[in-house]
Amino acid sequence: MDLLRHVRSDVAVGYGGSARLRPLEFLPWIFAIGVYFLAPNYLPLGAYILIMILFALSLDLVLGYGGIVTLGHGAYFGFGAYVAGVLAVRFSGDPLLGLTVAAVAAGLLGLATGAVILRTHALALLMLTLAITSIVFEVASKWTVITGGSDGLHSVPIKPILASFKFDMFGKTAYLYCLAVLLAGWWLVRCVVHSPFGMALAGTRENDARMYAIGAPVYRRRLVAYSLSAALAGVAGALLTHTTQFVGLSVLTFELSGEIVVMLVLGGIRRIYGAFVGPIVFLVARDYLAKQWPEYWTAGIGLLLIFIVMFARGGILGMLDGLVARIGKMKPGGTKA
Amino acid sequence: MAALETKKLCKSFGALTVAENIDFRLEAGARHALIGPNGAGKTTFINMLTGRLPPSSGAVLLGGDDITGLEQPQRVQRGLGRTFQINTLFRNLSVLDNVALGVAERLGVASRMWRPASAYREVRDEALALLDSLGLGADAPQRVLDLPYGKQRLVEIAIALGLKPSVLLLDEPAAGVPSLESARILEVLDRLPADIAILIIEHDMELVFRFAKRITVLVQGQVLCEGTPAEISTDRRVREVYLGEGHG
Repeated sequence: MDLLRHVRSDVAVGYGGSARLRPLEFLPWIFAIGVYFLAPNYLPLGAYILIMILFALSLDLVLGYGGIVTLGHGAYFGFGAYVAGVLAVRFSGDPLLGLTVAAVAAGLLGLATGAVILRTHALALLMLTLAITSIVFEVASKWTVITGGSDGLHSVPIKPILASFKFDMFGKTAYLYCLAVLLAGWWLVRCVVHSPFGMALAGTRENDARMYAIGAPVYRRRLVAYSLSAALAGVAGALLTHTTQFVGLSVLTFELSGEIVVMLVLGGIRRIYGAFVGPIVFLVARDYLAKQWPEYWTAGIGLLLIFIVMFARGGILGMLDGLVARIGKMKPGGTKA
Repeated sequence: MAALETKKLCKSFGALTVAENIDFRLEAGARHALIGPNGAGKTTFINMLTGRLPPSSGAVLLGGDDITGLEQPQRVQRGLGRTFQINTLFRNLSVLDNVALGVAERLGVASRMWRPASAYREVRDEALALLDSLGLGADAPQRVLDLPYGKQRLVEIAIALGLKPSVLLLDEPAAGVPSLESARILEVLDRLPADIAILIIEHDMELVFRFAKRITVLVQGQVLCEGTPAEISTDRRVREVYLGEGHG
């Protein structure tokens, strides 16, 4: 059974367990490096997937771990993307500076908006997250002098990373850049969810009445988690601007905000790696289906989602966990899974 | 100085008065019970003590300090712990984590974001020791929702004890527990640290009379009387309330 724990993605760590890296946690990174060498033609798609994984991870922190149901996380992603774009056009195209400024800016937007919306719950909160996305969208759309309006910002000048790694036309640098930032973001999220703060967040999700009764500053903790997540989403948005040298209104649409929720749910919430699996399956399926059936591919995505929601409540990873649990029952103490 | 005291505590919802000038004292180390028929305002009173509900007027004092204006978490940090009548647990977390969350809050490490929770050995060791003392040591790794109901009631108490409160409010600790298992709960209650002032709300009169050294009877939002179990059991007014008016 102990070995089976290594393959499950929903193992609760908490105060009793060990948060050490499990062998399987190296798999995504080995896979990502494998893609770099074995599928050079897919690097632009790969970079986009890495960005969406980071975005989905940021969402998992609030939606999965924090239990804060939002349909407007695109606001922070898009805001980060625009901040990075405007900064590069107006001031400096240094990527690391862009990431930092985008993180701070999106984090502050998360703090300001979170301070309002986290006073509400459930449906009211959901509506407010949509409202914030609309507001940011409208500002980006109307403030043409700065944002380029519906044209967006084209050919955003991005300097080489650390003044030495130029973005090449094959997307090699872009891919590795996204991979490195995702690695940092993943480590951050992983540390936070396993920390006492992460446990307290889990407590709030499970039962906020009891959290108040043990003296926890529930609202403040939720706000910190929300802002942190917004900052991370902003970094993902900045990565998109840096790697495509373009930012347009599409980063602020409801469509993107909804899609990222779909990707996370597809992979499995509250598992960290669900945020990896979901975007890969969703975006690869979309890429494939869009080529095969350019007019009907969204129907394929819809069917996939219906299947997941009806038959695999924990997403793809939840389904795998269920299989692993079954194997464990078939031969108790089994060594292989 | 009383561990917990209320002065002319009132609460009304519109024209409905559910608490009227409640003067109440809980002495340090007390074993005090609050009883009263359904709708007497016991829950409202408790909610005003814990800060869940603001009183319309009057004051709540904890250890002599006026805490009327404090939020619930601040009151907990000052030593006011409680349990719930209906299980209010972290159902999907382990028994250990249920208790550890509270211990971490009290030790001031619950907002730390970097090292894993399991690196905070002092939190885990304290939670485990507490569970051991309640006979729940073996259940520590279990998820709460997999526990039998009686043990879940004990986890309710364990979480509150992890806060090392000076005042503990027990809201029907044996509610819904079959009588066989309620003996276990009473046993735990009997062994609670003597320095904690305990106020228990309970419908099970056998439990009340075994546990409490003092009893306050609340009827229609007012204190009807207060005294030792012997005084209360022979009080004519209490008998009227419990046996039905006109029979006394």
